[in-house]
Amino acid sequence: MPATTKEVDMQDVAARGADYGEELHGEEMTLNMGPSHPATHGVLRLRLKLDGDFITECDPVIGYLHRGDEKIAENMTYNQFVPYTDRLDYLAPLANNVCYAIAVEKLANLEVPPRCQTIRIICCELARISSHLLGLGVYGMDTGAMTTFLYTFTEREKLYSLFEELTGARFTTSYTRIGGVARDIPEGWLGRVSNFLNQFEPKIDELDNLLTRNKIFLDRTKDIAIISREDAIAYAFTGPNLRASGVDSDLRRDRPYCGYEDYDFEVPIGTVGDAYDRYLVRMEEVRQSVRIVRQAIDKMPEGPYFAEDAKKIHVPPKAKVLTSMEELIQNFMIVTEGPQMPAGEVYFEAENPKGILGFFIHSKGGGVPFRLKIRAPSFCSLSILPKIAKGLMMSDVPVVLGSFDFVMGECDR
Amino acid sequence: MDIVEILLKILFAILVVVVIMTIAAYSVLAERKVASWIQGRVGPNRTALPGLSAIPVLGRFLVRMGMWQPLADGVKFLFKEDPLPGHVKKWYYCLAPVVALVPSLSTVAVLPFGAYWVNGVEYPLVLANVDIGILFILAISSLTVYGIVMAGWAANSKYPYFGSIRSSAQMISYELAMGMSVIPVFMWANGPATGFGDLTLFGVVAAQKDLWLGIWMPLPAFVFLVSLFAETNRLPFDMPESETELVGGFHTEYGSFKFGLFFVGEYAAMAIGSAVFVVLFLGGWNFLPTFGFLPDWVANPWATWGWFGSVVSVLFFIGKTLTFIFLFIWVRWTLPRFRYDQVMNLGWKYLVPLAVASIIIYAIVIALWDTAVTVDHIKPETFGPAPQ
Repeated sequence: MPATTKEVDMQDVAARGADYGEELHGEEMTLNMGPSHPATHGVLRLRLKLDGDFITECDPVIGYLHRGDEKIAENMTYNQFVPYTDRLDYLAPLANNVCYAIAVEKLANLEVPPRCQTIRIICCELARISSHLLGLGVYGMDTGAMTTFLYTFTEREKLYSLFEELTGARFTTSYTRIGGVARDIPEGWLGRVSNFLNQFEPKIDELDNLLTRNKIFLDRTKDIAIISREDAIAYAFTGPNLRASGVDSDLRRDRPYCGYEDYDFEVPIGTVGDAYDRYLVRMEEVRQSVRIVRQAIDKMPEGPYFAEDAKKIHVPPKAKVLTSMEELIQNFMIVTEGPQMPAGEVYFEAENPKGILGFFIHSKGGGVPFRLKIRAPSFCSLSILPKIAKGLMMSDVPVVLGSFDFVMGECDR
Repeated sequence: MDIVEILLKILFAILVVVVIMTIAAYSVLAERKVASWIQGRVGPNRTALPGLSAIPVLGRFLVRMGMWQPLADGVKFLFKEDPLPGHVKKWYYCLAPVVALVPSLSTVAVLPFGAYWVNGVEYPLVLANVDIGILFILAISSLTVYGIVMAGWAANSKYPYFGSIRSSAQMISYELAMGMSVIPVFMWANGPATGFGDLTLFGVVAAQKDLWLGIWMPLPAFVFLVSLFAETNRLPFDMPESETELVGGFHTEYGSFKFGLFFVGEYAAMAIGSAVFVVLFLGGWNFLPTFGFLPDWVANPWATWGWFGSVVSVLFFIGKTLTFIFLFIWVRWTLPRFRYDQVMNLGWKYLVPLAVASIIIYAIVIALWDTAVTVDHIKPETFGPAPQ
């Protein structure tokens, strides 16, 4: 059969394609992420509008863990609220306890003895290590490296054993009381903390080796969700997230409390403000915390672990309560009526692992606050999501959330 | 072919599938155990089989190693309630796990896993020594993607849909690099080493008597290995089921036995992929390469041992394969995961060009080798009768 040719008029294909561009583009997809989703670290819910794999709109929905902590505070004495502060940032309960106690003590104009301050600093910094360890580990898991998560968790378990020995609880410690701490540190505990730190530093280097210069990890986190200096300040970022954006601010150094001015540590600052910088800042903060704890162990002063002169605020030791009349009455009054505070308003904020945790207390005298307001860093960190998520890919969402290292218990309160 | 021969073939096939399924099941155990060792945990160590666990030392040891865990898992998969969500497309939903598992098992048909020797001549132990061996494997194993696409589509839910879209895009992209990375292997196997041949995998193993191709062709071996990771959806390329963003990926809506099929299919694909890699680049069941100067028996010391030699060769082959399965597991628990677009970039911008480059490089090298070394020694009778 002889070959035949047939002419086909193709016209302008490209122009036709352009005409139908709108139709070919498809439609947006609304995806609901959470409140029960592995990437959302608790009960954050994101309403995402997706164009293919790209996010065009991100709407965080919070409040699934709202327990009304601020209202609850109005119905109980100052000491009774301490356990509720555990449940704010439940990854660093010790630091929350300390921040709350200092806020109330500031209201009462109370000075705690140096031993108490040093214990509190150790608590804060160990809580920071524990919180950052979880943050880093989960961040690793969000990028797919499951093993880092279990490595950091192993270290946290050791820390929790130390907490258990100190406070009697592993997770919700409720260690501070207004005007002191619940009990003195146990015999030999400082040595065990020191041992922990010694074996901990190589472990942190191990995590460093697994992630910091890992090409895949760099690809996933570098230049993702860059937050500029201005944005970070405008959205009231605090803590590591703020410092990663290049703002040199750390309350422990700028407005020292608890005697932080006597300690020697550095404040790591990021340069770019991307997800990778937030990781680096946390990594370095863990190392600095180790430094601070070491110094605190070295200079642990002798003396009482609570303010003895604050008769109406801190309960006396049990032995005295059982033997002496005056102490018995004191104990009875504090337990039933609560620590007696003067009327007034006070705001105190402390550099917590997640950022600045602030307590505003309005007191009308007596043992119960009239109004207590909590300033939670995670809430501010999440508020930038609608702005930052635009244009990112859906796979970046876990990375961005992981880099913020937020806790819903604190955000929703 | 008489009836006995056919029955024997069928028996043989069932045996091979059983072995593959067992390897797959125990790969799951290996995954859990190795993962826990890497992460400083203990892993499954409770499942005990009544009776067997009572053996004094061994029984306890086996329980500690979790030897009965795969059995328990299998029984669990079989007897759990098999949910059929109301919103799924039922026919495709039920079909998808089968489509995902069957291709992986079918590829075993052409995979030689050992050899037997008659009068010093080597014959492959294989279900079907077809001439198009590697083409068959590439063609059939790529059908797995239909199972995943079907699962994502049938689940009628957004996360599985995402998972299956990503997975299909990824598997199709890496198919290309994988297919091209084996071309140098066959150029070599059919070139200077063995003379004129075909695409059988047995020929490739035979051609590796002197030098394993993994040593001589590290670049194609690397490309093939990376593509294999992507093809089997293993981390760092486990896009379809990246659990932190897509929950469970394409099998989010699956449970019980259907999920079990996906699960086993993934591990079977991994085992078979490792086996193909061993055949193509690590000398199959050969003991050691001779490097051209070692005595010939080094390649197969068991060639003269009769049927026992064949068994040893099969075991040696399985041993090499297990080493690779271990590598898969090791990598999974060490590395983070790529993002979807980065996977695509890696595939199209690096692996495909690398594969093309290796084809060109080895084509030139093999042509030069042919010209300089082999051509003089080609015997005219190799070509068959001269054309009229």
